[in-house]
Amino acid sequence: MIALKLAYKNLMGAGLRTLLIVFVLSLAYVLIVYMNGLYQGWDRQARIESIAWEVAEGQYWQDMYDPYDAMTLTDAHAPLPAALEADASKGKTVPILITQATIYPEGRMMGALLKGIDTRQKILSLPTGELDPDSEEITAIVGTRMAKSAGLATGDYLLIRWRDVNGTFDATEVKITGIFKTAVPAVDMGQVWIPLNKLQEIAGMPGEATLVVMDESPEEGATIAGWEFKGHDYLFKELEDMIKMKSTGGSIFYLIILALALLAVFDTQVLSIFRRQREIGTYVAMGMTRKQVVGIFTVEGAMHAILAVILGAAYGFPLLLWTQKSGIKMPEGTDDFGMAAAEHMYPYYSLALVLGSIVLVMLTTTLVSYMPSRKITKMNPNDAIRGKIQ
Amino acid sequence: MKNGSIITIENLVKSFPIGGGEFTALNGISLDFEKGEFSGIVGPSGSGKTTLLNILGSLDTPSKGQTNVLGTTSTQMSPKVAANLRKKHIGFIFQTYNLMPVYTVYENVEFPLLLIKTPVAERKKAVLEALEWVGLSDKIKSKPPQLSGGESQRVAIARAMVKKPDLVLADEPTANLDAENSHHILQTMEKLNKELQTTFVFATHDEKVIGYLRRIIRLEDGRVVEDAYIKK
Repeated sequence: MIALKLAYKNLMGAGLRTLLIVFVLSLAYVLIVYMNGLYQGWDRQARIESIAWEVAEGQYWQDMYDPYDAMTLTDAHAPLPAALEADASKGKTVPILITQATIYPEGRMMGALLKGIDTRQKILSLPTGELDPDSEEITAIVGTRMAKSAGLATGDYLLIRWRDVNGTFDATEVKITGIFKTAVPAVDMGQVWIPLNKLQEIAGMPGEATLVVMDESPEEGATIAGWEFKGHDYLFKELEDMIKMKSTGGSIFYLIILALALLAVFDTQVLSIFRRQREIGTYVAMGMTRKQVVGIFTVEGAMHAILAVILGAAYGFPLLLWTQKSGIKMPEGTDDFGMAAAEHMYPYYSLALVLGSIVLVMLTTTLVSYMPSRKITKMNPNDAIRGKIQ
Repeated sequence: MKNGSIITIENLVKSFPIGGGEFTALNGISLDFEKGEFSGIVGPSGSGKTTLLNILGSLDTPSKGQTNVLGTTSTQMSPKVAANLRKKHIGFIFQTYNLMPVYTVYENVEFPLLLIKTPVAERKKAVLEALEWVGLSDKIKSKPPQLSGGESQRVAIARAMVKKPDLVLADEPTANLDAENSHHILQTMEKLNKELQTTFVFATHDEKVIGYLRRIIRLEDGRVVEDAYIKK
């Protein structure tokens, strides 16, 4: 209690110097919370969007399917297992068939993935209702990114060429009946969505699929021969790795701010101990042990962090709340590297994040306050009382 | 320890390493101090006054010999025991006052009582009483930079006396004061010594202080050359 009171009085006595250090420390607090909140918000938002548009509650992949290996895609299809087929008819699963194709927009040639999807599905947000499984011509939907890169608009006809199950090339025109906007590039870039029955027909793969999107996770231990279930842990690993990488890069910024603030605290402590030797000697003469005096100075340094929490809360709380409510507009092309990113990112500030940041800054500030204070234990109190430089 | 003595010093030697050799600041000192004494260690600069005072105040330890301060011998004097002794039983008055600049007069005087965890009501009463002793009741909210030298030293006296210690050690308490202020604070200390029976030991070479002492211990080159009681 004495240490806290003394520390508070001394800090207030230091005036502008304290204010400056406290401000920079509070900036470190707010930036740590903001930056991490932004990445946490991004992670949450990307998960929500990906669940809605792409992965739902997990996917069964045909054994050969590897989204990063175009060579195996030709063989990554199999008849839908009976159990999954029954669920598909009840709307509980969405079978998707994938083949490689070449499209010819405006006479140019582009590689693409042709994806067949059950048009009645309600699990994913894809507007499959705009596909007509019964019309003579093949209807197709594409995302805005694909539409932009291929110069497509609703009503356009697009020439596509593919190889069927026997390796025979064939080609036809599909009609673009819808263009959808999504924050998930994985269902947009380089992809053309057509009715499942049409793709099964033109590829010669009746009743087959490459993957099956699930409305519910299967029971633990449930296996289907030739198919492997991929849960959120697996499907979001890449997303998490990418966010972790970006978050590490971003942390350099606030770590520099924190380092500057800690340097100022360290410098203040060194100066304080040098200038207040007489005071230190007096504490000892009045009956404090030198360890207790070290405690007073350490608390004084650490109190910068406490005042910074208060100041940071005063201006940071409304600021962070505002960013959480109105979101941060992401720069154009943020999603071009394949990660789900909406136009506006809504940071998410969890209690653990706020408390974690407070603990981090408090601990580091206490440590840099303690380090120079250790000098007091080596001081001769008789010399200190007289203010002799030691 | 003799009957009635609160401090006993036997064959005290204090040496400091200097360069490759040793400097002996105190050499073979043997003294006793009784309760209620108003005594002073006098002598020229470098005679060992302050060193002796620091040993009495358990801020320093003897190189040889033994001390017994308020029942604690130098062999028992660990840093914690010494701190406890100072905290409860010894008050210090310094030449440079050594008040805490960020504290008010009231808070400066209150500080020793906080260290011994005196209850709030008792603490307030004691602080106001101590400030009344030194005639500074109207300055309780002032801070040290707003006080004159004499006032600052009176605050320091109040701080040393507030816990009613058994022993007050004053190192050149008048060195920074003019004659009028010096007499004022010496009269205050003399009055407190008589009223509270607190033992005062001064280290000084100021004639004004010497004029108030009832016992003079003269040091020269670390040895006692005179130990005289003055009849007043």
